[in-house]
Amino acid sequence: MFFAKVIGTVWATRKDENLRNFKLQFIQPLNARREEIGTPLVAVDTVGAGPGETVFYITAREAVIPLPVEMAPVDASIVGIIDRIDVSKT
Amino acid sequence: MVLGKVVGTIWATRKDEELVGMKFQIVKHVDLNYKLKDTFVVAVDTVQAGVGDVVLVTSGSSARQTALTKNRPVDAVIIAVVDKLDVSD
Repeated sequence: MFFAKVIGTVWATRKDENLRNFKLQFIQPLNARREEIGTPLVAVDTVGAGPGETVFYITAREAVIPLPVEMAPVDASIVGIIDRIDVSKT
Repeated sequence: MVLGKVVGTIWATRKDEELVGMKFQIVKHVDLNYKLKDTFVVAVDTVQAGVGDVVLVTSGSSARQTALTKNRPVDAVIIAVVDKLDVSD
């Protein structure tokens, strides 16, 4: 699981039919102190996150599990919206 | 998934027989402003993207989650042609 900030939305009419009614969000990975790390990616949004919200997402084949379809070519899915992060000073 | 732009096509007659009938597009990665980066991937096209189209590419074993690429030796697949990208700054 990774943290990210939602920075935008991707609109695509011509796509794999199993992605028919999923929202595709553009997200910027963050570290635990909410600093931007790495390059943005696109994830299916299964929880209805809005722009600017901090979320956590899963990658690889597991990203298909939250989706209500048997098969879908998805390698990143937003699975939660973060309220608060408590990080000890290490 | 990552954003990319289709910049070309690969034709190969001698290949793994499981790949017969698939179209291989060369997809260069792009940034938020569609500016070309210097990395690229060869991806199987499942949505009939054309050269110049901005597309989404899924990689890894998720790439086998389509009817066309199921159980095939494929690790990157074009899953969508992007119409519009809304990015809040």
